[in-house]
Amino acid sequence: MGLKEKCFKKSLWVFHLSAGSCNNCDIEILDCLTPKFDIERFGMKLVGSVRHADVLLVTGVVTRKTLSRVKEVYEQAPKPIVVIGIGACACTGGLFRDSYNFAGPLDKVIPVDAYIPGCPPKPESMLAGVMKFLNKK
Amino acid sequence: MGKEIFYFLIFPGLLFSSFIGGFLSWFDRKITARVQFRKGPPLLQPFYDFVKLLSKDTILPKNGSKFTFLVAPIFAVFGAVIAAVFVLLPTFGIQTGFVGDIIVIIYVLNIPSLTYMIGALASGNPLAAVGASREMKLILSYEVPFLLVLISIIIKSGMSIKLSEIIAFQTANGAFIGSISGVIGFIVTLMCIQAKLGLIPFDMAEGEGEICDGITIEFSGTTYALVNLAKYIMLFVLPALVVGLFFAGMNFEGINILWSVLKVVLVVLLLTLIRNTNPRVRIDQAMRFFWIWMNLLAISAIIFAIIGL
Repeated sequence: MGLKEKCFKKSLWVFHLSAGSCNNCDIEILDCLTPKFDIERFGMKLVGSVRHADVLLVTGVVTRKTLSRVKEVYEQAPKPIVVIGIGACACTGGLFRDSYNFAGPLDKVIPVDAYIPGCPPKPESMLAGVMKFLNKK
Repeated sequence: MGKEIFYFLIFPGLLFSSFIGGFLSWFDRKITARVQFRKGPPLLQPFYDFVKLLSKDTILPKNGSKFTFLVAPIFAVFGAVIAAVFVLLPTFGIQTGFVGDIIVIIYVLNIPSLTYMIGALASGNPLAAVGASREMKLILSYEVPFLLVLISIIIKSGMSIKLSEIIAFQTANGAFIGSISGVIGFIVTLMCIQAKLGLIPFDMAEGEGEICDGITIEFSGTTYALVNLAKYIMLFVLPALVVGLFFAGMNFEGINILWSVLKVVLVVLLLTLIRNTNPRVRIDQAMRFFWIWMNLLAISAIIFAIIGL
């Protein structure tokens, strides 16, 4: 494992993109920042601009309205970037897979590296998912 | 010539000040985490952040001046390193400098903020423009009290405008923090430094909630790494300047090493605690705070300095 990869794994800056979620997964993501879970001890940090991001956390079903926006945000991010789909909606479409406004699950829109299912997933499972993905890579 | 290059690149300049600044930035984040009952990042976190940012893509703005955008962070690092050389050499007790170097230091300390502004305006992003305009207003507000405090220090040190002479005066006659005007000046300088570093009560230029990191919004990869490097260096240089102006500089003989380190760490600790116990103020509130209250305090420091307190 080279220095570059090690530093990348040790300092993941997270950008949070809601593609049309019910706000439940977003609250659980913000829970990861609270003192109980404290993702900063792994070097992770929530950033405000997608230009600084290493990880794109996408929540919610991709609707027809947000389809172009999700693609655009993915293109704006500097590569290498890790895309993680959070919640049942982002992974498969979940409850809304037969909806008229459903524009396909997230991996039909942009390449996804990891899926964290759940409605909403617990902060523990998000951390476990990210850690599993990083150790596999 | 060789000595100057050594000063600039290695000892108080680029290498040394970025290492110490990185450590202080870790200290800042760790104290923040402990204040919030968290565990905090590991010691090498600033290094990981820096190397990771270097290894990422740099995206150039489509509607903007690409050259200015790329050059601005480099000049930010240059400015910070020049400030480090000018401030740290006298503070460490190495006899250098020239008459009037304190005035040069005031100018040079502004270069990083100015270059962030120029880079942000060159990126062509509207949110970056908002951030740059806020940074400009912030510079206009904190410079005047900072200059007034420097005037009070110059009066106290017997009209000396050379940093090493000011420090020598304090070593002979006691540090300025022991007098009334020194305490008032220290408070004002602490506030100005908080604004210069863009820490929380005055971080409206990069308010991440409202304008998505403001002036740094378009920087990515190497350019953002350089912006971060300039910030690390400034986090060391400005507390070192405070130590030079109010705590009689640093001394590296025997047990004095411990005191010198503690002085810098104490100033950074105060900055961190201020940043953790305050909400962000609006830009008009910040301007009113500096233009009225801090200026009044700084003028009272001058008056106390004139009557010799």
